Amino acid sequence: MASTIRVRAASSGETTEVQALIQHPMDSGYVKDAQGAIIPPHFIQQLTFEHDDKTVFVANWGPAVAKDPYVKFSFKGGKKGDDLKISWVDNKGDTDTTTAKIQ
Amino acid sequence: MRSMIHFAAAALAVLALLSVLPAVADDAVDPVADASAFQSYFTRKFPHVKLEDFVNGPYSMNEDMRRQWQEIEQFPPYEFALEAGKEMFAKPFRNGKTYADCFPNQGIGIRQNYPIFDEKQGKVVTLELALNQCRLANGEAPLSYVKDEMAALTAYMAYTSRGKPFDIKIPGDPRALAAYQDGKRYFYTRRGQLNFSCASCHVQTAGERIRAEVLAPALGILNAMPIYRSEWSGMGTISRRFITCNSQTRGVPLDAQDDEYRDLEYYLSYLGNGLPISGPGARP
Amino acid sequence: MIIPQGRDPTRRLILKGAATITLFGLGDAAFGLAPSFAAANDKYPEEAFKQKGSGDAIKSLYGRTAEPSDKVKLDAPEIAENGAVVPISVSADLPGVTTISILVSENPNALAASYQIPAGTVPSVANRLKMAKTSDVIAIVEADGKLYSATKEVKVTVGGCGG
Repeated sequence: MASTIRVRAASSGETTEVQALIQHPMDSGYVKDAQGAIIPPHFIQQLTFEHDDKTVFVANWGPAVAKDPYVKFSFKGGKKGDDLKISWVDNKGDTDTTTAKIQ
Repeated sequence: MRSMIHFAAAALAVLALLSVLPAVADDAVDPVADASAFQSYFTRKFPHVKLEDFVNGPYSMNEDMRRQWQEIEQFPPYEFALEAGKEMFAKPFRNGKTYADCFPNQGIGIRQNYPIFDEKQGKVVTLELALNQCRLANGEAPLSYVKDEMAALTAYMAYTSRGKPFDIKIPGDPRALAAYQDGKRYFYTRRGQLNFSCASCHVQTAGERIRAEVLAPALGILNAMPIYRSEWSGMGTISRRFITCNSQTRGVPLDAQDDEYRDLEYYLSYLGNGLPISGPGARP
Repeated sequence: MIIPQGRDPTRRLILKGAATITLFGLGDAAFGLAPSFAAANDKYPEEAFKQKGSGDAIKSLYGRTAEPSDKVKLDAPEIAENGAVVPISVSADLPGVTTISILVSENPNALAASYQIPAGTVPSVANRLKMAKTSDVIAIVEADGKLYSATKEVKVTVGGCGG
């Protein structure tokens, strides 16, 4: 199955800018469906970025993060061709992981 | 003598007036003049907006909204639909044919030509209709017009035409002109409990607010379709937008791809000629 | 330096019960931090996300209050185009930043996101949040053991087109 994680990582020499867009409903648990039943909470809790075996960024998320969540950050180092590993775990225990190349 | 001159002057004035009144019936239609007048209306009303920027709807009208849009466009929410659309477009039907077989240039970079007036069918064919006609001709079930696969496919096709100017043609066939006129009539007719016409919001009140939302100008309003709307938390097609707009003005929506909707799309797209396709788009 | 992933439940249990701070994942910034708070390690701050008000969430996350500072730059719109997707970014003109957290005070649970900034990562983050209604957005930056904040009110309205 295709990954839910889309990444754009670009190195400018000194720093690498990372943007990630993830396909995930991020249901808050506060919204009702058409029949009036609460849609249970279903959201990514932790999203981790690793480069060269080092964690470069961790996002701890609650359900107030928008659907199909997005995040952007930069870290020092990283060069074109390097691997960037991204993984997430949600409140149901589901996970996904992907490795992207820095451009 | 003086009264004779006055009389002559008056007669001349009346004659002059009569000569400028249209010599044809009052539903004579001149799309070229319409398009020119439509564009002038908006460029005069919004002198600081570049012509090609009108396709960005409310974002061409409001700076705070524009910045939010630009942030979101860095990695837009329609990304997933675009990917899905590309895959779907390439996947063969059960009979081995593909969408590429139904369209000129393999279906790539042609979105700006739709809707077309199909003289054989004697009606306006929109891109959405053409896609379903392609499916039916190849033994596949038609797709829902409003979202999901139809939105993904039209998103991909729009993307391959990004930057190309709308190039809608009205052939000499009188039925084509009639369809254009029908679309124009729909656009300016008030309907629903709120008694709004499309023009009430998108011409008269463009750039201003309806409750808290900023109204997009009608010029170039279809160029960004299909769109990911935050309000829908998902993608929607031109069909979806026409239907929901009718409902929101407390009118009775037509069925997707009904004659009047297709004619409306024809009219509006024609008025967008020369402005670039920007779809798929993101909207509030 | 290898920083372990936070997904091992046994490890989480140990950390939860720990009165002493575990220093995984902190690098050089570790030693100035107050002990036993979730923000200091890579554990998911479950309790903080459950808090209703922003005061309680910040207390749960950091155990202290923040000082407003113009070194924290919070970028958010005047009027959200749609409360479902509000682009917000925070950056800090401070050395030794270890975490950046963002709260939406009028949301049912104020804490929206909390980011860990390891050494070598630029103290800046952009994200998209949900806002239930007009509310203060609060950015908290933890740097060298101190807390700094910036606040901005973002208006959220009902959509005009029947929404």
